Amino acid sequence: MNGNLIFLRRIVLALLMAGVAGCACADKAVLRGTGDLGVIIERAAGSVQVVETAGQSMLARVEGLGNLSHASVVYSRDERFAYVFGRDGGLSKVDILRGELVKRVEQSGNSIGGAISQDGRLVAVGNYEPGGVKVFDSNSLELVADIPAEYGDGGELSKVIGLVDAPGQRFVFSLWDAGEIWVADMQNPGKPVITKFTDIGSFPYDGLITPDGRHYIAGLFGEDGLVLLDLWNLDAGVRRIMPGYGRGEEKLPVYKMPHLEGWAAAGDMMLLPAIGRHEVLIVDQRNWQEAGRIAVHGQPVFVMARPDGRQVWVNFAFPDNDTVQIIDVPSRRIVKTIKPGKAVLHMEFTPRGEHVWISVRDEDRVDVYDTASFSRLATLPADKPSGIFFTSRAHKIGL
Amino acid sequence: MHKHWHRPKHRLGFLTVLLAGFMTVQAAAAEEHSIPAERQQELIHLLVQDCGSCHGLTLEGGLGPPLLASLMADKPQAWLRQVILDGIPGTAMPPWRPILSEDEVGWLVSAMQKGVSNER
Repeated sequence: MNGNLIFLRRIVLALLMAGVAGCACADKAVLRGTGDLGVIIERAAGSVQVVETAGQSMLARVEGLGNLSHASVVYSRDERFAYVFGRDGGLSKVDILRGELVKRVEQSGNSIGGAISQDGRLVAVGNYEPGGVKVFDSNSLELVADIPAEYGDGGELSKVIGLVDAPGQRFVFSLWDAGEIWVADMQNPGKPVITKFTDIGSFPYDGLITPDGRHYIAGLFGEDGLVLLDLWNLDAGVRRIMPGYGRGEEKLPVYKMPHLEGWAAAGDMMLLPAIGRHEVLIVDQRNWQEAGRIAVHGQPVFVMARPDGRQVWVNFAFPDNDTVQIIDVPSRRIVKTIKPGKAVLHMEFTPRGEHVWISVRDEDRVDVYDTASFSRLATLPADKPSGIFFTSRAHKIGL
Repeated sequence: MHKHWHRPKHRLGFLTVLLAGFMTVQAAAAEEHSIPAERQQELIHLLVQDCGSCHGLTLEGGLGPPLLASLMADKPQAWLRQVILDGIPGTAMPPWRPILSEDEVGWLVSAMQKGVSNER
């Protein structure tokens, strides 16, 4: 009797497994697009989750991507391949349709992030060690160009930050140690033409490009202010904006460097994190003058505009990183403060902004919030999640 | 900014560092027992995850220099404690005094010098 029961169970199990296998085969044959897909970085495990935002679920986990602390992602223009930039200098190309690692190159000792060119053919990586930019063929990941960030007389190499793509097949980036902004024209990929802007200010920590691809802005860590470069008129050089926004007051400690990549532009106003001040700065893009500032809960890290620009979501550096605040842009007021959990690292909006996905590192979760009601709609388990990147980035300048 | 890291004697007299370093070796041994095990876990988590946001998740370096045990072992403890507690003005290294006690920093310095396996 007992033996029969075990036998029966085995048959049922075998049938179930056959069924599952059959489903998997069928799934592979089903055509699908990638516009509702994205990637979540699992920073400690060295893996990424491929997720879909329509049903809010994980489709695949891709492993073996190395050290992914501070990892970021850009997408191929067909939104099929994710290029993952790891801290350990690894550049990985992931097929998100198949859920597979296609290729991985260890291109430096220590890198910070990257960009994909206007025509989608080149992927550039900004490196800390050795300082500079390396440019790869986006198809083969073969090295196309090496741009060491040499500065000063001694041939020292600077760490590179704030690397973005710009119209005209250009990459723009800043040199942390040197205080310079470089524009690399990649029309002839093997022979980049570099235009350098020196003495721009002390310790540029990140850069952004406006959605129209015209203005590159670098934030300064070493002094109060930001640096603006008009990419339509390089001859005009760089100009300082919001100088002395700290009003000479002593800076508060900054336990995590803010990011400008999540720039927030809403109408004519641009919202940016202050450095060493618990404030979000408002810049009027018509004249690049300060148009106000909003006191917030802590040192802002990401200041992200909902795609319609009506709301801006802000997360914070340690030790205030359990909190997210939502600014209503027209009234410039904080309309909601939420506590998603310990160590909120990143936020990503769905393409049209009805939802936002928030990674909560220390609680091993990614939460999905409704941006109208601020209620939590779903939770996905994830292993120490950090960056979240949806494929809608594929068609945005600078992302 | 990198350079200062390798030249503590520019910030403190060499002799002072040597003496202070000698004294704190003994102090650190005592502190090890004064930090509760649970707090030790939190401190390691902080080191890996939050120091790691600049120094790298495996402390291999990033915007800040690497903090690997092989590089930390011969650094004077007093200097390391001072750097963590008060930061390095003019660089991105912030003061941790508002967050951590002196005993906790002492314990962290010892832990760093011994080497921390990558916490998961």
